[in-house]
Amino acid sequence: MKRTPRLNDGTVFVVPAVLLLVLVFVGPLVWFFMRTLISVGTPAEIAAHAWGVISSKAVVTALTTTNWISLLVTLLVLAIGYPVAYFLATRQGWRFTLVLFCIVVPYFTSVIVRTYSWMVLLGRNGLVNQLLLHLGVTDEPLSLLYTKTGVLVGMVYVLLPYMVLTLFAAMKAIDPTLMRAARGLGAGSFYAFTRVYLPLSIHGVISGSLIVYILSIGFFITPALMGGPADVMIAMLIERAVEINFDWASAAVMSLLLLVATLVLYSIYYRLTDVRRMMGA
Amino acid sequence: MSAIAPGHGRGAIELRQVTKRYGKETVVDGVSTSIAPGEFFSLLGPSGSGKTTTLMMIAGFADVDGGQILVDGVDIAHMPPQRRGFGMVFQNYAIFPHLNVADNVAFPLRARRLPAEQIATRVREALELVRLDRYADRFSRQLSGGQQQRVAIARAIVFHPSIVLMDEPLGALDKNLRFQMQVEIKAIQRRLGMTVVYVTHDQEEAMNMSDRIAIMNNGRIEQVGRPAEIYENPKSNFIARFLGEANLIPGTVESIGESGAVLRTARGLTLRARAEPDLKVGDTAHLFVRPERIDLTSGTAHTANAIGAVGVSGAAGRANVVTGRLAQTSFLGNILRHAVEIEPGIEVTVDVQNSHADLFRSVDQPAALSWQPADSIILQH
Repeated sequence: MKRTPRLNDGTVFVVPAVLLLVLVFVGPLVWFFMRTLISVGTPAEIAAHAWGVISSKAVVTALTTTNWISLLVTLLVLAIGYPVAYFLATRQGWRFTLVLFCIVVPYFTSVIVRTYSWMVLLGRNGLVNQLLLHLGVTDEPLSLLYTKTGVLVGMVYVLLPYMVLTLFAAMKAIDPTLMRAARGLGAGSFYAFTRVYLPLSIHGVISGSLIVYILSIGFFITPALMGGPADVMIAMLIERAVEINFDWASAAVMSLLLLVATLVLYSIYYRLTDVRRMMGA
Repeated sequence: MSAIAPGHGRGAIELRQVTKRYGKETVVDGVSTSIAPGEFFSLLGPSGSGKTTTLMMIAGFADVDGGQILVDGVDIAHMPPQRRGFGMVFQNYAIFPHLNVADNVAFPLRARRLPAEQIATRVREALELVRLDRYADRFSRQLSGGQQQRVAIARAIVFHPSIVLMDEPLGALDKNLRFQMQVEIKAIQRRLGMTVVYVTHDQEEAMNMSDRIAIMNNGRIEQVGRPAEIYENPKSNFIARFLGEANLIPGTVESIGESGAVLRTARGLTLRARAEPDLKVGDTAHLFVRPERIDLTSGTAHTANAIGAVGVSGAAGRANVVTGRLAQTSFLGNILRHAVEIEPGIEVTVDVQNSHADLFRSVDQPAALSWQPADSIILQH
């Protein structure tokens, strides 16, 4: 077989993007890790310092909180997103457009704006509490903001589109006659769903969950603005190390930890998801 | 060898004024017919004729807007599809891609919660019946179109339904395979004694497989009958053209007598044929005759008349004899198809068996046609 010349196979088209990423992202990151860690001392001293940071109570607590919140967020987003994606995948016309619009428009809005909107809604005198008081559901305002509930509400809202769009892509690839076939061959709705639709959409469930989980563990703005003192996530701890304690070495260790966790999860995602198929190739 | 029980006496379907509307449009318009147990019944028609919608209403995938669907005397028109208990074969096979062949075939049995040993036995039997027993572990992507279709058939019959519905099951297969599968499906249907309602737009397929055919047009059944019956006695121009090749020569009814009617063409040719009962003198009508029922001879009217006279026997009356000009000859392998212009703008198609090399003729030669009045009908519509 004849070898394709490199410049003709399209490689040249990704060169600018790769260069940009190396120059403004990979380069500075590597440079940051090298500089801050070398300033600690010998490799043995670096290892000792890293272990000290990772095993410290603050980091262990933050990691536990981070994973717990991320898990809850992922499950909630999945529970809310699956029916929405199913609706989108099986409808056409204005219903489809309307729901898609509601899902996608917030996607293009700044996370900060969306988080502040939720703060207005969830505050002590916010819309939600006023409604609950008015309806007599509760006698005094609930503390929704600056609690784990607040963080979950905010994060679920921000991350929902990622799940819905991933699931939608997977569900749209399911041949609708398969569900017909299942029902025509004697399967009730529940049996048809659990034995046909769910298995065929499961790779979407896994991909969507991984994406949401990956994004959750690095979340900063929403937990920082909406969480309480107990809801410190790892990204907030990194920010504090840099901004308040000027402890760049600890920040570097924690960042590296987060980066490795993200890359591991992403590699699982990459293996499980046929990225090319999702892009319609 | 098989323990698969035929659906003795079960599987009668009766459609009573079945109607389906999409908005203002009536897609199926008061369809009524009855299908006997064990019958192979085809719904044949062009796209948009309502045949698939009719099948989908029988299956339960389309809501019935009016009328009744009786199965063994029980109205199932508003029953959910999974409770109707029909076997179903879809146009695109609809094999579950995440299940292997055996699990696909086992699906209807598992949905019915049959015991595992029974499932294993029945799946094996069904796969043997479609000759796929060696492919039990394969997935649909590893199978050819014909094999996938066999899986779909095995899956549709594995739970011993008395009725199997098939929606253009062979549409995606190539011509040779299609014929082979027609024979196989027919053999399985006979062996299991099940009722099959079969939707197709392929008239040869319908004629080859069916006990009876219902030809649909514009949401109605235009004619129902055995394939040969419809082929020989179409009730309308549409049926005549839809089932096989047909010549339809336009003209006016000149007289109606005991042995048939006479049609006069625009240029004054008089042709004799059987007549529909409600035909009246003066009606504009068409004379229908199949291309293979016409004899073709070269030469003038005189010789043609002589040959035609020889062919006449008894009460059938004198043959219709027409002369014309050979406009075109097509070689179709087993037959030669000639187009003969008998009047300006009116061509008659004549099929001649390819048994003599001298039947190749050159165009623009004079040609004489003759056929028996008994082989032709004057159609009003």
